[in-house]
Amino acid sequence: MDFLAPVINGFGVVLEPMNLLYCLIGVVIGMLIGVLPGLGPAATIAILLPLTYGVEPVTAIIMLSGIFYGAQYGGTITSVLLRLPGEASSVVTVFDGYALARQGRAGTALGIAAIGSFFGGTVAIIGLTLLAPIVAGFALSFGPPEYTVLAMLGILLVATVSNGSKLKSIIAASLGLLLATVGRDTFTGEARFTFDNLSLADGLDFVPIAMGIFGLGEILYNLEERHNKVQAPAKVANVWPSRKDLKESSGAIGRGSVLGFFLGILPGGGATIASLAAYAMEKKRAKNPERFGRGAVEGVAAPESANNAAATSSFIPLLTLGIPANATMAIIFGALLIQGVTPGPQLVQNDPELFWGVVNSMYIGNILLLIMSIPLVGVFVKILRVRAAILAPITVLITLIGVYTINNSIFDIWLVIVFGLLGYLMKKFGFEPGPLVLAFVLGALLEENLRRSLLVFGGDAAGFVSRPISGILLLVFLIVMLLPLLQKAFKKAFKKARTPAPAVEAHHDEKERV
Amino acid sequence: MISASNEAVPGGSVKHAAAGNGASPAAIDDVVEPLTPEQLAAEWEEERPPHAGPLANVAAAVAAGALGIAGLAMSVGMGLGTPEKPEAGLWPFIISLVMIAMSVALLLFGRKKLDAEAFSSSSWQVAAGIGTLVGFVLVIGVAGFEIPTLLLTFVWLRFLGKETWRMSIVLSFAVTAAFYLIFVVALSVPIPHLL
Repeated sequence: MDFLAPVINGFGVVLEPMNLLYCLIGVVIGMLIGVLPGLGPAATIAILLPLTYGVEPVTAIIMLSGIFYGAQYGGTITSVLLRLPGEASSVVTVFDGYALARQGRAGTALGIAAIGSFFGGTVAIIGLTLLAPIVAGFALSFGPPEYTVLAMLGILLVATVSNGSKLKSIIAASLGLLLATVGRDTFTGEARFTFDNLSLADGLDFVPIAMGIFGLGEILYNLEERHNKVQAPAKVANVWPSRKDLKESSGAIGRGSVLGFFLGILPGGGATIASLAAYAMEKKRAKNPERFGRGAVEGVAAPESANNAAATSSFIPLLTLGIPANATMAIIFGALLIQGVTPGPQLVQNDPELFWGVVNSMYIGNILLLIMSIPLVGVFVKILRVRAAILAPITVLITLIGVYTINNSIFDIWLVIVFGLLGYLMKKFGFEPGPLVLAFVLGALLEENLRRSLLVFGGDAAGFVSRPISGILLLVFLIVMLLPLLQKAFKKAFKKARTPAPAVEAHHDEKERV
Repeated sequence: MISASNEAVPGGSVKHAAAGNGASPAAIDDVVEPLTPEQLAAEWEEERPPHAGPLANVAAAVAAGALGIAGLAMSVGMGLGTPEKPEAGLWPFIISLVMIAMSVALLLFGRKKLDAEAFSSSSWQVAAGIGTLVGFVLVIGVAGFEIPTLLLTFVWLRFLGKETWRMSIVLSFAVTAAFYLIFVVALSVPIPHLL
């Protein structure tokens, strides 16, 4: 059982009382901020990044996983109680969750969602425990060319799978890559885009950018929109789901978890697609599908299990390949880098304790979420009753003072404000912020590997094609890039053949709230 | 942007819950008829701020293109080198090219897409909000964080949040005190402070 030994050792670290305490704090604060309307998981984690500074790496990672699960569940709470999904992946939860809340069964919906999330998350972590070492082992043979193409593919997938305009997403990604080049060039030592500013000489930090674009940008955007969403949340009573509810939703939880796990491994909108697919599947399987949208428990159980399973399994590409699959993972990636953990295939082999520490902290975060969410629901409902006008300045101050505490630097506050403005403008002009942050995180890795590959190939770019794995990945890259153009051409030809029917796309138009 | 309100659902679908919903227990009078996903999506769509015209996309494309051109010029200045021996400017040069190409494509093909939002009179609130943030940073280095925190909270509560004078004054003092206690007393963060 030498495979399981490091897994179990990892638990020893995670279960230390101090670590458990930090995980608990992470879950609670993650839920507290995640429940604020308008702040989804990526924004929540970004705002809370300063909290993980100054603690031991393992403890910080455990706290992060607590924040991650707490923030995810925070979005569910607003979906059910306010009909405001925290992010795209909990949009479908709104249909039946809010209907249940209107019938006075908000507690049931939240309870089932917590249990489903826990189950989905656990299934996915077990899958991750088994699958991650295998994928990492396979990826160990990757050299700079493979990483170059893989990073490009990762950015392209996130840019094209996201909901906004693909052209704009790629522009955002390019901007992210450009921002990543600011500072001293690692190969030649030349200063790039620093404008002779000493604060820029070492490059831009990830945290102020993430906090600005996701956190402050979102707060500013909500400042403008706030007036039309004043609403009292539904009353919550009886959080424990009845035996009948549990029985009704157990199948949906199981199916949703498995579906979510597999869809979550795919880069791009893993969790979003998973929740949509799980909801559609349950509706199709149901004896009387007309119950869906009118308060069917399965309609909450399936998408919530699926999106948590998918959110968890999207850790697989992050931890084994070092490629974040979505905006939230990009933030986690940045946070791990800050803690001195470089996610990638070497991590399992070189630092098993840390790797399994990360994985096991997810088990703990998940369990604590289940334990904390049910008794604390009442507290969160109280927070939702506080007017957004009062919460806004508090979140702004947490962001500004929080970023200052990292380096004790006023310059970082300026950065947050600049990127907050950029994030706000991007939202106004229809640019997704996710690709920018993801590209920024991957920028240095991409450039380094590209230049190394060119050195290896002696400047001959054909080398990318002739190596089997990088060649295949490049082919996938081209297919993903050309697919929309082909689809467009096909649609045009199709449109000519018959008149178009005005169809309402139910979910795809929703911009992802990050 | 997804927003929802408690107001009457467009199309007047606020009606007695009992209609067509026999299975639901204890129908309360003000229960809104649950919406189908399509209706909900349409409602969200309606509540979204008005679209900005194609001009917004043109402006975005021009801004991004200009950024790309600036990047291009600066990376040429750094030296491109050759593929065998890339210099510092090669990589930014490639990205700037992609950015310019995408901006041109946006200008040519993406103009009609209505995914940008128009600015409205409430956009001034955002401008004012950013103004308070800039003021905050300017003052914090000189006079510590207490006064800017107090002022920022007060402005956001009273003028951006339309809270009452009394509420704004009481809350901004309370928030400042809480931040002082958390960051200075409890965490002893070396943030500039007066007391």
